[in-house]
Amino acid sequence: MIDRARVTAQPVALLGPNPTLRMPVEAFDYVAPRSLAEAYAHLGNGRTSLLLAGGTDVIVQLREGRKRCDQLIDLKHIPELMRFGFAPDGTLEVGAAAPLAALYEDAEVLRRVPALVDAASIIGGTAIQSRASLGGNLCNASPAADSSAALMVLGARLLIGSASGTRELPVEELFAGPGVNTLQPSELLVQVRIPPQPPRSGAFYLRFIPRNEMDIAVASAGARLELNATGDRIEGARIALGAVGPTPLMAKAAAEALAGEVPGEEAFARAGELAAGVASPITDMRGSVAQRKRLASVLTVRALRGALQRAREAR
Amino acid sequence: MARTYVQATINGVATDFLCEPRQSLLEVLRDELGLTGTKEGCNNGNCGACSVLLNGRLVNACCVLGVEIDGAEVTTIEGIGNPDRLHPLQQAFLEEAALQCGVCTPGFIVSAKALLDKEPHPDEQRVRYWLAGNLCRCTGYDKIVRAVLKAADDMEPARQ
Amino acid sequence: MAATEHPSYKVIGTRPVRPDGVEKVTGKAQYGADVRLPGMIHGKILRSPHAHARVLSIDTSEAEKVPGVMAVVTRADFPVAEDVVQDLGEGAVSVKELSDNVLASDKVLYRGHAVAAVAATSPHIAEEAAGRIRVEYAVLPPVLAVRDAMREDAPLLDEQRVTKEMGGQGSGRPSNVASHLRFAGGDVEAAFAAADEVVEREFTTKMVHQGYIEPQNSTASWNADGTLTIWTSTQGAFVVRSQVAEVLRLPVSQIRVIPMEIGGGFGGKIPIYLDPVAALLSKKSGRPVKIVMSRTDVFEATGPTSGSYIRMKMARKDDRITAVQATLAYEAGAYPGSAVGAGAMTMLSPYNIENFVIDAYDVCVNKPKTSAYRAPGAPAAAFATEQMIDELAKNAKLDPLELRLKNSAHEGTRMVNGAVFPRIGAEETVRAALTSPHYRSPIEGPNRGRGVASGFWFNAGLQSSVVASANSDGTVNLIEGSTDIGGTRASLAMQLAETLGLPFEAVRPTVADTDSISYNDVTGGSRVTFASGLAVYEAGQELRKEMVRRAAKLLGVDEAELVYEDGGVQSTRDATKRLRFSEIAAKAGQTGGPIAGKGAVQARGVGAAFGTHVVDVEVDPETGKVQILRYTAVQDVGTAVHPSYVEGQIQGGVAQGVGWALNEEYYYDESGRLLNASYLDYRMPTALDLPLIETVLVEVPNPGHPYGVRGVGEVPIVPPLAAVANAIAEATGHRFRDLPISPRRIMEETQGLA
Ligand SMILES: Cc1cc2nc3c(=O)[nH]c(=O)nc-3n(C[C@H](O)[C@H](O)[C@H](O)COP(=O)(O)OP(=O)(O)OC[C@H]3O[C@@H](n4cnc5c(N)ncnc54)[C@H](O)[C@@H]3O)c2cc1C
Ligand code: FES
Ligand code: FES
Repeated sequence: MIDRARVTAQPVALLGPNPTLRMPVEAFDYVAPRSLAEAYAHLGNGRTSLLLAGGTDVIVQLREGRKRCDQLIDLKHIPELMRFGFAPDGTLEVGAAAPLAALYEDAEVLRRVPALVDAASIIGGTAIQSRASLGGNLCNASPAADSSAALMVLGARLLIGSASGTRELPVEELFAGPGVNTLQPSELLVQVRIPPQPPRSGAFYLRFIPRNEMDIAVASAGARLELNATGDRIEGARIALGAVGPTPLMAKAAAEALAGEVPGEEAFARAGELAAGVASPITDMRGSVAQRKRLASVLTVRALRGALQRAREAR
Repeated sequence: MARTYVQATINGVATDFLCEPRQSLLEVLRDELGLTGTKEGCNNGNCGACSVLLNGRLVNACCVLGVEIDGAEVTTIEGIGNPDRLHPLQQAFLEEAALQCGVCTPGFIVSAKALLDKEPHPDEQRVRYWLAGNLCRCTGYDKIVRAVLKAADDMEPARQ
Repeated sequence: MAATEHPSYKVIGTRPVRPDGVEKVTGKAQYGADVRLPGMIHGKILRSPHAHARVLSIDTSEAEKVPGVMAVVTRADFPVAEDVVQDLGEGAVSVKELSDNVLASDKVLYRGHAVAAVAATSPHIAEEAAGRIRVEYAVLPPVLAVRDAMREDAPLLDEQRVTKEMGGQGSGRPSNVASHLRFAGGDVEAAFAAADEVVEREFTTKMVHQGYIEPQNSTASWNADGTLTIWTSTQGAFVVRSQVAEVLRLPVSQIRVIPMEIGGGFGGKIPIYLDPVAALLSKKSGRPVKIVMSRTDVFEATGPTSGSYIRMKMARKDDRITAVQATLAYEAGAYPGSAVGAGAMTMLSPYNIENFVIDAYDVCVNKPKTSAYRAPGAPAAAFATEQMIDELAKNAKLDPLELRLKNSAHEGTRMVNGAVFPRIGAEETVRAALTSPHYRSPIEGPNRGRGVASGFWFNAGLQSSVVASANSDGTVNLIEGSTDIGGTRASLAMQLAETLGLPFEAVRPTVADTDSISYNDVTGGSRVTFASGLAVYEAGQELRKEMVRRAAKLLGVDEAELVYEDGGVQSTRDATKRLRFSEIAAKAGQTGGPIAGKGAVQARGVGAAFGTHVVDVEVDPETGKVQILRYTAVQDVGTAVHPSYVEGQIQGGVAQGVGWALNEEYYYDESGRLLNASYLDYRMPTALDLPLIETVLVEVPNPGHPYGVRGVGEVPIVPPLAAVANAIAEATGHRFRDLPISPRRIMEETQGLA
């Protein structure tokens, strides 16, 4: 009975580093494939693999014994995974391992998809952002991951690849539970695809943290609003919440209730309440159930305000 | 345990070393290469004491593996200024009394350098935002922020 | 900004660059973890996963088989510890308990308690091997909070422990309450009866950590001749030496402790944790062994400061605080020795209150053994007192600073322990706060509030020694034994330069190891600039005398005709007869050999330090988030030897206090597991969480020091907890008496979320 990892009668913290479970980092091999095909081959070689993008989750998890592997597959030498840019149809295609800083420093990305920058620019500090990727943030499947809710309201789709081909899936279908994603061991995330946003729409993401930086979201919300041609009615909305459930959540009822409404405080407040209704948070060192539910509502309203402003600017 | 051969340019010097894949860049710098100016405060990305530049970008050396830097350029505090010709940031930290125990100082200087290389004229808020990944428990940050702003001013003539 | 009463100095009061500065900004300075020795191997410690358990057996055989492992130690390798008490300068400890804390014997008393250690050729191998040590535990129910631990039916950490009462009597029943102290004076009942208003409140604070950025470390080499050398990060090399000597039962003369640069301590680097373990691993392996703690180890196993419970009743008549009755219970952690006594002693010190009864309880709980943290015991106590005063001021419609001024302590006021204040600057700091631009500026806008609070801390005196030797080039080597955490090399060198009339640059300070200088107490208790300063002054005086003697020889005149003045020796009869310090030093070989002065003091005349802080906050009414908008700290610093470093001490203390007030806390689950043992979730302020911190240095010289020096390092952490709470009360209309005043707590309180 010395194995600390086995002493787990406690509720596991909602997400992120749980430094109290410590096992030594076991030795592993490191491989750096130069192509997707090579990466798939490594994934299929029968050994236990972990993928390494920026490493800001996985290196710490290995060190703290929360994950283990025989081989760590570095994705950063695969050109497709490091590139990002707009396709001719206006889709922003982001290589899964491209560092966040490169992404949010890009003027086009900031202009055309500011809600993505809302999220990408608050993940960790400057040093973390030099390495951390969207792919890592999503695949790590923390319910509090900042890019998730933002990408969900943006309607992002994921290009998943494996030796047997590729498939696409809406980002919200990636998450299976805290720290668990729906990818097969043979698969990896190749690209995050953010479709061109509807006209007269705006999206916004924000989170609540006790400090002003270097914290994991206690709760977070993303919202997208589409206005009608005259700008006085809401045509459609998307709302997503983070850190208030085992996965990031779409707040469907809240979003639907906004359709046809006059954009403004009254409608937003109602949406906020409905959003809080889908929240099923836990109490941990980052926040309590009641606090998180309340925050879900407050942050939804704030996200909607931000989205409205951007939608108006877009008109 | 099998060790991997890695070649990199560290502080401008072509360097090679052997390391285990599980060793972080921080361990490699400190234990294998004797570059102990880069400090360990948390070993999980939260304190910035291990800040170094990797291909010109600011990273936490504890969140990078040694094997990952093959072919890369790394700058550590040892590659910034020297006792005879201090970098303006180092000079400003001394003059503004921006260090007490000094263990966070290399990290702050590397981090601030990355900022000033990119943005020569940050304002106070920008400096605070950029440095939020570097913890200091001694100073309350006041004199650190002043030192960075002062260095930015001091570097002005040099840049023209 | 500064207000000063002291004479003009040449070096003191200037802001030279510290002698160790260049090394530190270039990364060349050697901290403990930077030690590299030939043949050195690495140690790792296995720690308890349980908060409370009996250790039934430890089987190290599997660990020993791991290739690369060179030694394994458990408590069985320690000599049997005697139950004697040793004084560490900031509190006494029993050697049995000290040894048990270094490596558990029969019981583990907190999660993270060290039980065994391995040394191997790499830290990874050592860690892997430590994981293969089999420990059999009988798990016991833990008790985590101070009031639970005081209950009669609480699980007992130590079945032998009975409460130590003042005067010796006690119940004789086993208890987690290690001791009870009482301070009383006047007649509280009569004062309560006669009061205009009496308020009674309860306050709680959580355990918080010093948070120094450099984890504990130790490198030990058991030498072939049986001596032991230790390189470590410590606030007191001599205290490490004496503790290691006790634990390992070695004569102190056999141990040499080399203090490396230290990356922060704040009181937390006074106790030893790793040194005896590294020593024994070295003895067994025949190699030097380095152990560095992980951040998690630091949080789980090194000295936080107590969580506390305080109940306080306070009476006001007109504008006088007439009586206080208070009960304080502090968590000591696994072994006795919280700073509750100091909390009790200091909580009323800024004031002149005649009637008081204060009861203080030191209580063991299944959490790490607490150690000193900057003004140990005082901040939590001031959190209570200063909120009570604020509430009474508000109720009586009095300006809170005016009320403090009316009740201020001054020269002649007695503290609760009977000690009488000499000249102090308590009133001066309140006055300076009242007239500060900050306090006089309006505070506007919704959800904003301003708070004030005062604080007090003693200074320690204790023992210091230094040696100053003149070099032939006219410079002076200053050898001292106090580790330099925040610029004390500079502040001591400045005092020597002032004494000798030399420029600052002429003095070259070195922190020596325990073989190279006589005894020095810890860097702590705000004592170094004061007490080692006295030793420096003494050494300087000795040098001056010697310089006069040597000059007399060189000038061929009578000593009586010469005076030491302005960095040289001058004839009072003939103005042309003058020799500079450097000229005399250069010719030392012709006048009697090397010139040196020493100072060795058991410092008396310690000052007392007071501060008053003003803070503006804004509270987000929806999320409960608090922004610090503006902060001004006023402090009586005696004489600001190096004003920048004094300001830095104040700003650092304020930052720690603000963190303590708003977000820092040890967050445990019921099993005694610390859930936030990382910097990500133990939320210390970042650069983005604080504004610039304005300082106002009031200089009321300490009559007990030739340059009027008072300790400045600790008092700035005393007022912020209450000042922030008072500001939040203003901003929200709610009083928060439980720390931390986190967004969660504010939301729960102001929005009725339970
Ligand atoms: C100090 C600190 C602060 C942080 N703050 C935040 C924060 O504010 N908000 C936040 O959301 N997160 C935060 N994080 C977590 C982390 O930085 C982010 O989740 C980051 O985006 C992860 O990206 P990465 O590239 O570093 O992932 P990695 O660590 O490389 O990978 C993460 C996980 O995803 C898997 N993976 C990576 N790429 C792929 C792929 N292409 N296909 C399939 N699986 C893949 C990996 O195997 C691993 O399990 C913080 C981390 C640290 C250390
Ligand atoms: S040691 Fe790398 S961030 Fe703290
Ligand atoms: S100076 Fe000590 S941590 Fe920054």
